[in-house]
Amino acid sequence: MKSKKINTSKLQDLKKKFEFWATNSEEGGWNISSTDEGSQKMLEVEDEKKVKIQTGTEILDDFVIEEDTSDEERMIVNMGPQHPSTHGVLRLQVELEGEVVRRVKPVIGYLHTGMEKTGEELNYFQGPTNTTRMDYLSPLFNELVFSLTTEKLIGIEVPERAQTIRILMTELNRVSSHLVALATGGMDIGALSMMIFGFREREHILNFFEKTTGLRMNHNYIRPGGVAADLPDNWQKDVQDILNLIPEKLKDYDDMLLDNPIWKGRLQNVGILTTEECLAYGITGPSLRASGLDWDLRKSQPYSGIEKYGFDIPVLNESDVFARWRIKVLEIFESLKIVEQAMNNMPKGPFKIQDKKITPPPRKRLDESMEALIHHFKIYTEGFKVPEGDAYVAIESPRGELGCYIVSDGSAKPYRMHVRGPSFCNLQGLPVIMSDSPIADAVAAIASLDPVIGDVDR
Amino acid sequence: MKSEVINVNAEEYKEVITNIKKDGYEMMVDLTAVDWYRKKEPRFELVVQFLSVSKNSRKTVKVKINDENLNIQTITDLYPGANFYEREVFDMFGIEFENHPDMTRILMPDDWVGHPLRKNYGSGRIPVQFKNAPKVE
Amino acid sequence: MFTPDNILTTTIDKAVRWSRTQSMWPVTFGLACCAIEMMAAGSAKYDLARYGMEVFRASPRQADLMIVAGRVSQKMAPVLRQVYDQMAEPKWVIAMGACSSTGGMFNNYALVQGVDHIVPVDIYVPGCPPGPQSLMHGILTLHQKIMDGEINR
Repeated sequence: MKSKKINTSKLQDLKKKFEFWATNSEEGGWNISSTDEGSQKMLEVEDEKKVKIQTGTEILDDFVIEEDTSDEERMIVNMGPQHPSTHGVLRLQVELEGEVVRRVKPVIGYLHTGMEKTGEELNYFQGPTNTTRMDYLSPLFNELVFSLTTEKLIGIEVPERAQTIRILMTELNRVSSHLVALATGGMDIGALSMMIFGFREREHILNFFEKTTGLRMNHNYIRPGGVAADLPDNWQKDVQDILNLIPEKLKDYDDMLLDNPIWKGRLQNVGILTTEECLAYGITGPSLRASGLDWDLRKSQPYSGIEKYGFDIPVLNESDVFARWRIKVLEIFESLKIVEQAMNNMPKGPFKIQDKKITPPPRKRLDESMEALIHHFKIYTEGFKVPEGDAYVAIESPRGELGCYIVSDGSAKPYRMHVRGPSFCNLQGLPVIMSDSPIADAVAAIASLDPVIGDVDR
Repeated sequence: MKSEVINVNAEEYKEVITNIKKDGYEMMVDLTAVDWYRKKEPRFELVVQFLSVSKNSRKTVKVKINDENLNIQTITDLYPGANFYEREVFDMFGIEFENHPDMTRILMPDDWVGHPLRKNYGSGRIPVQFKNAPKVE
Repeated sequence: MFTPDNILTTTIDKAVRWSRTQSMWPVTFGLACCAIEMMAAGSAKYDLARYGMEVFRASPRQADLMIVAGRVSQKMAPVLRQVYDQMAEPKWVIAMGACSSTGGMFNNYALVQGVDHIVPVDIYVPGCPPGPQSLMHGILTLHQKIMDGEINR
């Protein structure tokens, strides 16, 4: 059979003519197309990888992001000052790349009250009313640090009963502050009943505070020279009720959360903060103890007679959000041990120092003695004078190292009062925790650092 | 528990801090300033507190800063935790820190004029007018 | 008020006012210490849910009551006004605590001396901080005022 010979050269001419007509250029090829600007190549030959992705022969992992993305692909999202989960008025400017946080800038100052300036206008007797409102979840600690610094400047020691009462009240305050941290942290992460549980237990402690100091929060109780009033009658029964109640409720929380796979999956290996980072940024408190270092000012630099009590410091090694949570629960148990020892060993004696120049006399004496009236008048109008000098005292608050630096110039008002708030420093660790992790972990990270914005902004 | 106070000039400040860090003081705890307006010369005094976890001791460094030359070196390259503290000192007193990564106001609004914690800045009290009382200026 | 006051419109008016009081939703505007007392008022011992308001909406568009709990600083004042503007009518404001009513114990450069410089306030609740019972008394007074028709929205 004779095969018809196909004139391939004519076909190629036709092909070239067709391509010239289609692409309006002499080069030819399937990837050239004619546009308004002339003919252009549609896809470079080098982009084989792109062709493969398009045709499905190569699969990329979704969460591997190349390092060299330009700034136009990042998005800045504002977690504004009014937000249900930022623990107060904290504003975060979050630079997102997809779902991964690249940079975080916390903007603070939305609660700045000028307390350090107010502290220069109030005398030393009125000072605790001002400092107590800084860290509003643990007000007795703020009053204690101010009183300790003033007493160091004057150079006096308070009597033993006053020291024991101070330890009793502050350790109960540590329990109530940790309960709020657990409650709000749980609510942020999603365990809504944790909020109700935490505040329910806190009511018992606040009831005791109201009986003793007169107020549920912001009590002006721990003053320079001792405490404001003695403990009420039958206080041992109230404290024993609290000591019986809280450990069994903590077992309820553990039943709900400790082996919960959702809880563990959301909190373990999230928000790692190593010991070196903590020391470099000055972060103290439960975050430092959750990263493996056993530093607690109650053991290393004890204050107000706390070295006489036997208690342990819980330390964990994982330094993630779950470890910080566990540390808070364990610290509640330890604080209850201290409260029990303080209750059993309460010494008898005066609850404030007997120096009439510093603490006011009891009110019955005002009817009897002229001297008592004069002292009362001078203390409540002018205040007591403090010798010149400066002092820095630090105690262990539920959030870390709380310090107070007072400079005195010999008059009845501080010349400069500065409070070193732990949350101000701990917040510098937030960009470290949140970088390079998904945005969904941001709320858990903030909740674990436990910032109180009153302490940050003062 | 040991605690020590060191007084330095503004020129040798950075060197002293470097030596303190080599000495084993890992944490910078507090950085603040005092305004000695018309009481002492020079006017400002910067007070920095350090803590050593390994040695369980504290150190205080006090630096005197003049009113004409309100500049001093930053220590954020040695202690990154000094970032917020130096911004607060700038906001409240006006002392500028050279080579700080972000020298802006932190507690007051960005367009605020004045440095509130200086002694010649009033407290901003509004006089309270009670009913039926003689008028307050 | 151009509608004639007959039995039909006054009954509908009363029904509308009653329904507005029975489920007011607050927007979360807790700033400082008063916020903790507001949260305690919403929890188990002093229950706000029995008045229909245990749901604290985060978005101001879905809320109709703003409880300003805490001290309002100069930096926060524009934010407060923006949140108030975003709420839909009818809306009410409760100034909780001494710092938001009049500036409280902080009479200085940093605080707005009373939130009524910025937004119109219906109820002032005094205290530092006011206990949950005081806050609930304030909320019930607001309900009573709306039922009596004193606040016309």
